[in-house]
Amino acid sequence: MSYLDSLALTAPELILSLGATFLMLVAAWGGDKATRTISWGAVALFAAAGASLAGPAGHGGSAFFGLYTADAFGAFAKSLIYLAAAICVIIAPRWFEVNERNRAEYPVLILLAATGMGMMVSATDLLTLYVGLELNSLASYVLASMAQKDGRAAEAGLKYFVLGALASGILLYGISLLYGFTGSTHYVDIAHEMGGSAGMGALFGMVFVLAGLSFKVSAVPFHMWTPDVYEGAPTPVTCLFASAPKVAAMALLVRVSMVALGPATHQWQQIIAFAALASIILGAAGAIGQTNIKRLLAYSSINNVGFMLIGLAAGTREGVAAVLFYLTVYVVTVLGSFLAVLQLRDRQGKPVEAIAALAGLSQSRKGLAAALAVFMFSLAGIPPLFGFWPKLLVFQAAIDAHLLPLAIIGFVASVIGAFYYIKIVKIMYFDDAADMISPDNGLVERWTMALAAMLLVVGYVLIPWLGAASAQATGALF
Amino acid sequence: MIQALVFLPLIAAIIAGLGGRWIGKIAAKSITTGALFASCALAWPIFISFLNGTASSHVAHVLNFIHSGALNVDWALRVDALTAVMLVVVTTVSALVHLYSWGYMAEDESQPRFFAYLSLFTFAMLMLVTADSLVQMFFGWEGVGLASYLLIGFWYHKPSAGAAAIKAFIVNRVGDFGFSLGIFGCFLVFGTVSIPKILEMTPGMAGATIGFLGMRVDVITLLCILLFIGACGKSAQLGLHTWLPDAMEGPTPVSALIHAATMVTAGVFMVCRLSPLFAASPTASSVVTYVGAATAFFAATVGTTQTDIKRVIAYSTCSQLGYMFFAAGVGAYNAAMFHLFTHAFFKALLFLGAGAVIHAMHHEQDMRFYGGLRKKIPFTFAAMIAGTLAITGVGIAGLFGFAGFYSKDAIIEATYASNLPAGGFAFVVSVVAALLTSFYSWRLIFLTFFGKARWSGSEHIQHAAHGHDAHGNDDHHHPTPYADMHDDGTAGYLPHEAPFSMLIPLLVLTMGAVFSGFIFTGNFIDPEAGSRFWQGSIAFNAGLMDAREHVPWLVSKSATIVMLIGLFTAWWAYIRKPDVPAKFTAQFSMLYQFLLNKWYFDELYDLIFVRPAMWIGRLLWHRGDEKTIDRFGPNGVAEIVGMGSRLAVRFQSGYLATYALVMLLGLCAAVSWFVFGGAK
Repeated sequence: MSYLDSLALTAPELILSLGATFLMLVAAWGGDKATRTISWGAVALFAAAGASLAGPAGHGGSAFFGLYTADAFGAFAKSLIYLAAAICVIIAPRWFEVNERNRAEYPVLILLAATGMGMMVSATDLLTLYVGLELNSLASYVLASMAQKDGRAAEAGLKYFVLGALASGILLYGISLLYGFTGSTHYVDIAHEMGGSAGMGALFGMVFVLAGLSFKVSAVPFHMWTPDVYEGAPTPVTCLFASAPKVAAMALLVRVSMVALGPATHQWQQIIAFAALASIILGAAGAIGQTNIKRLLAYSSINNVGFMLIGLAAGTREGVAAVLFYLTVYVVTVLGSFLAVLQLRDRQGKPVEAIAALAGLSQSRKGLAAALAVFMFSLAGIPPLFGFWPKLLVFQAAIDAHLLPLAIIGFVASVIGAFYYIKIVKIMYFDDAADMISPDNGLVERWTMALAAMLLVVGYVLIPWLGAASAQATGALF
Repeated sequence: MIQALVFLPLIAAIIAGLGGRWIGKIAAKSITTGALFASCALAWPIFISFLNGTASSHVAHVLNFIHSGALNVDWALRVDALTAVMLVVVTTVSALVHLYSWGYMAEDESQPRFFAYLSLFTFAMLMLVTADSLVQMFFGWEGVGLASYLLIGFWYHKPSAGAAAIKAFIVNRVGDFGFSLGIFGCFLVFGTVSIPKILEMTPGMAGATIGFLGMRVDVITLLCILLFIGACGKSAQLGLHTWLPDAMEGPTPVSALIHAATMVTAGVFMVCRLSPLFAASPTASSVVTYVGAATAFFAATVGTTQTDIKRVIAYSTCSQLGYMFFAAGVGAYNAAMFHLFTHAFFKALLFLGAGAVIHAMHHEQDMRFYGGLRKKIPFTFAAMIAGTLAITGVGIAGLFGFAGFYSKDAIIEATYASNLPAGGFAFVVSVVAALLTSFYSWRLIFLTFFGKARWSGSEHIQHAAHGHDAHGNDDHHHPTPYADMHDDGTAGYLPHEAPFSMLIPLLVLTMGAVFSGFIFTGNFIDPEAGSRFWQGSIAFNAGLMDAREHVPWLVSKSATIVMLIGLFTAWWAYIRKPDVPAKFTAQFSMLYQFLLNKWYFDELYDLIFVRPAMWIGRLLWHRGDEKTIDRFGPNGVAEIVGMGSRLAVRFQSGYLATYALVMLLGLCAAVSWFVFGGAK
């Protein structure tokens, strides 16, 4: 296979990285005034990258001697990533105009981060994996501290950077152990060796790799950064962190676990199952008592990751399909929730993050309250909202894989989760009006949010289609 | 035809009940009343065709219901002579009560609800009487119970009404438990719940025994007694009668329809429907006789002392139901049904008449504050007199008699003619009860319509006469019985005759009370015409009916004699010498108190059942639920979750070092698990 053929298979990454370089030049010449132009340019690039997935980049197979694979699984994850990233680009300017000043490098950084995410999901070699992950991470550290007037943002960026560096170290150590004991960094070769005589050393390597990746998906006990970073980072950035990188990291984790560590499923199942339960329970328990809605959503994301890990822990085709299904619904819900949070502004136009300020929102802003209620009910998994079905699927997968205790504990813990989601609805609909939220006229946010809410309400009609798509994507791994 | 008859009231109930708010009260009342009159118009031709002998019994299938293994139940409407009698009674009284309620409930806020309940009740009652299987009968049985509960508690803002509704419901649960055991037993023994099939197989089961509570007992006797317990609950027989007087908390039209004419006779109907089964068990039949006779006597004694006009009639109902039961017990099922038929007319008349009196007297129900109403409300007076003549059984044999004369005399003679030990007991009791019936019925008339006005003692009348000033002054007079506070005792109040919507039903029912016995006695009672009419729908004992006609002269005249004695006593005590009752009660205060307090049944039940049940309930509530289940269940879990939440938040210290430490600890734990945990 020639380099040219390989390059064709990496079309999305090429488009994004070249486009990012070009837009950076625009930013250098145009300054912050050009932010809106650059933003729409970035959105166009995401659209182009997404469109390229329809070509060979969506199913072309292995490229660069196995370092990179363009398959349906990657394409599925990338579509989600580009969609989420594009929305995070669109919603940013209004927030930055009010709180900071517009910064031309924001869309460029998101483009670079998305390039890294694309690499992550397509990587079939530990080194590609690491390069993609670091590209994404480095962009993210900067994004987290984009708000210069807010001390919390700087703190968030620093914490994220230090802990991320630690996690990278752990991951790299794991990669080196795996390489040392199996003699390869190719997923397929590692799997071959693990299937034969995987010693304790390879298992060590596996644990370290999984730990490093758990940091990225913020699974317990590698979740500690999440609440602080989510709270401190600018809201559009938090929105990004909660959506696109989660998809990338989860897809990466799935691919590593199923392809490279497939023969050791029985071993990693134990770690993943523990992380799943710990995430669900801690995510649910930690959210109770939070007063900041962004922090609350951070715990909510930990909780949701736990449910996804249940699907992975099943280690079956159905489990992986359930994870992809879950990711899709989760991304829609979380984007909608953050769009709703973005619209919470006081009379001076400053963002409001206190949950108490939501009191009586149902009277002052009916549509917003209704949409937020839909998101919360969906996160709580109340049928027939969309959020119910992926939970059903992961439990189903766990039960089919004879992990009944896992399913039962997850099921019980989801009741605890329902408590704080529904508490928000209660505050909005039954508490005395605090009258702190003023009307907002962000049309794009409002309509995108409304669309997300509608999607969650009538989403069940999409189940056959989405189920087929996720099953087809999963098929690429087996 | 029969389908329309049964389901029209249901449709009307649904429209008025669910749509009453939108269509308005006039429309709701018109629809329900119209539906009932339509049903009534459909019912009479059926009844007449059975009288003519042109109709035969048939079953109209409606819907499949349960088909599971050996259990096959369908919704089906059975029409035979017995059903036809009940159809006429139910639809006629119900239609008239609907019409009457236009006037009686005119000032009520929620009339659509009231009419919807009435129609719903009628539907359930029709399902009960057309039942072809015990399961459908149970459906109707529970349906009328529900409607009764809703209507007793119709004025739910009155605590006494709510309490009475709950009491009726709970006491009926006891009976229904027996009934359901009876149904289960029938299925166990006969393998079917279809009534015709059960009755067909009954002869083959004679003498068979079954283990019950560790004893070997006769199958049919056991089943009959279990079913009879159900009948006792619904028909307020001694022991399970306590709910009926309290049920008078409901609006008076309800008392007339449900607690006099129809629902409370469901027990009698059930025994008659299953009469071949009961006839096959002499033991069960004598139990029915003794319970019925005891009830007739008990209720009649209590009726003599009550002062609330509706309660007097309620105890009278209870007593008359006793008559029906012991008639069934001695095998005179047709006489029981005949009394049920005539009783429906004259008792509904008495209740609706009482309602008209209460209406006229501004909701005063205490007869001690009536008196002298004869000239003020002459039409009501005439109707009440007709009802009283009917219930006390006035008539001359061979010439003419009021309704009760034929039916009650038939029962009394049948008990004598049965030549059973239980029948002898029932005969004595029935004569004594007839005396008491005559006394309390005429007492009601004399206290209400004769003598001087004693209205001024009533708070209700004072409010009506003086407006509502008395509230502010707080100068309520304590009601003083039989005392003239003002010169003329009227307190300036002017009773008014009821509107036409109330008087027309009274007129129609008066016709029934006067003529229903005279016209139908042949078909119901005559040995030959009777067997042609009933067509085997009940166990018709032609021999007993024949023997009844040849009882000694004194026996056949006993009812008339005691009636006259009762009338005279009442006249003497309440017209001739009005101070006699007070002297009597002072002389025999023990007896008086015993009767006034209804033989202390309520107090006894309170002590034996209610208090222990409440005690157990509180124990389970506080200790069982709150301190055990809640403490370790929901509250305990919530507490643990809260603790976990505080712990999780405390770990989230904000220090980088802590975060890094947690990560490394997690990593170490995972590695250790693989090294030491042996997880391979």
